[in-house]
Amino acid sequence: MILFERVTKRYPNGREALRAASFSIDRGEMVFLTGRSGAGKSTVLKLIAMLERPTRGTVLVNGQNLGTLKSRHLPAYRRTLGVVFQEHRLLDDRPVFDNVALPLVVAGASASEVGKRVRAALDQVGLLGKERMLPNELSVGEQQRVGIARAVVAKPAVLIADEPTGNLDPDLSVEVMKLFKRFQDVGVTVIIATHDLHVVHEFGQRTIVLDDGLIQGSADTPLPSMTATR
Amino acid sequence: MVAYLTHHAQSLVGSIGRLARAPFATALTVLVIGLALALPLALGLFVSNAMSATGGFSGAVDVSVYFRPEVTLARVEELARTARARPGVAGIEVISSAEALKEFQQYSGFGAAVQALGANPLPNVLHVRPTAAASTPADLDALRHFLSSWPEVDLVQADAQWVLRFNAILELLRRVLGIAAAFLGVGVLAVIGNTIRLEIQGRRPEIEVVRLVGGSTGFIRRPFLYAGMLYGFGGAVLAWGMVETAVLVLSKPMAALAQLYGSSYSLSGPALAQVGIVLGAGLMLGWLGAWLAAARHLRGIEPRA
Repeated sequence: MILFERVTKRYPNGREALRAASFSIDRGEMVFLTGRSGAGKSTVLKLIAMLERPTRGTVLVNGQNLGTLKSRHLPAYRRTLGVVFQEHRLLDDRPVFDNVALPLVVAGASASEVGKRVRAALDQVGLLGKERMLPNELSVGEQQRVGIARAVVAKPAVLIADEPTGNLDPDLSVEVMKLFKRFQDVGVTVIIATHDLHVVHEFGQRTIVLDDGLIQGSADTPLPSMTATR
Repeated sequence: MVAYLTHHAQSLVGSIGRLARAPFATALTVLVIGLALALPLALGLFVSNAMSATGGFSGAVDVSVYFRPEVTLARVEELARTARARPGVAGIEVISSAEALKEFQQYSGFGAAVQALGANPLPNVLHVRPTAAASTPADLDALRHFLSSWPEVDLVQADAQWVLRFNAILELLRRVLGIAAAFLGVGVLAVIGNTIRLEIQGRRPEIEVVRLVGGSTGFIRRPFLYAGMLYGFGGAVLAWGMVETAVLVLSKPMAALAQLYGSSYSLSGPALAQVGIVLGAGLMLGWLGAWLAAARHLRGIEPRA
């Protein structure tokens, strides 16, 4: 599903965020990316979302080599992804419904289809009935769930999340992770970058550990020595 | 398809809403565009009014044929029919010496003096009006040549010089109009482009999010194109209103002035075609200005992560 082959990413300031990183993630897998800040977690997600292009190496997503993806096909590719951020990135001047509907509207879905699927997505994250509210009127946890609803509303094959629990207390964090687990259960490939080792341990999914741009290891459950990097 | 049209309608309504939420800034932009479009429209109106005030171009050309005093009216009318049959002749008018005398007595104020002469000193006259297509200096020359060849003719008078000057002035005015329209059109493009640029910058976070969820450039550009067209169209409507108001204000004094010259001429407002051109130009310049701004400024906006 997702394959990184000796991927190096050097930013214009000279910093190497990834150094010849290779790993693969199977379809329907849920994987945690961990490591201290600056270890390269976000860069992996940016490369998958085509927010950045690799300096060297190959990134394959769903059989598509992102290095050869033409920029005019980029919008269509991005519609196959769902992206969740730490700061939820909602449009503050639009109600919850419009925010969640955006990926469907962009894809040209009909109004009835948009209504049906937005309500389904809001139902999944437990926010049905708040669709008319503005993001600012919601709690931080609710805002994050709106962001997740927006990421999954178009039924993406891959869901990536960058520190989705960074602003949440432990109870809310577990709740959000359970939500991600439910999407994995229905066949979505889920990749979560987090340094929240508490939830990593709790969920016991495969974990890829990054340190200074290098893959330190990959294990079905993180070893104490790997998690000690924090 | 329905979803596509629905989205277009939503973009349009959304753009109207955004413009309405900043009424002062919108009004200012529309005002500038309106002034820039009103100027060429007013100039165009000036040219078309000048043409109709002088009776139009073809009406301005008139060849007068003065016959020898001994030629009878019957012979003149016979010759007039020959002239009528000639291609390039729009109309003829025979003015008999008697008619001419009556008119002269009535309007010149020398009635008594003419009466003292005893006999009518005025000749029979034939007015030949060429068609607009046959009003070039060369055609007029040929017509004059043809009319002078009649032995009965004393004098042929065609004021081609005056026609040429009038033609040249009109041509010059049309060029001025064209240049002014081109300059002001570029000005409108710049105003709309700059306004859309600011709008794009103001909506940068939103554009980033739309890009992130897979919005194409066409999708992102659409509301800006509608905004540009609304600005352009609004400016054109304002320009129309301003010119109509000016015509309304000027029509009364203009009619009074015309009356002093013994004319029933009245100022006419912009014709439907002129209004159509201005509205169309406004829409098109708005679209183009927004498109240029979007092409230039949307490219740099990529989502940050």
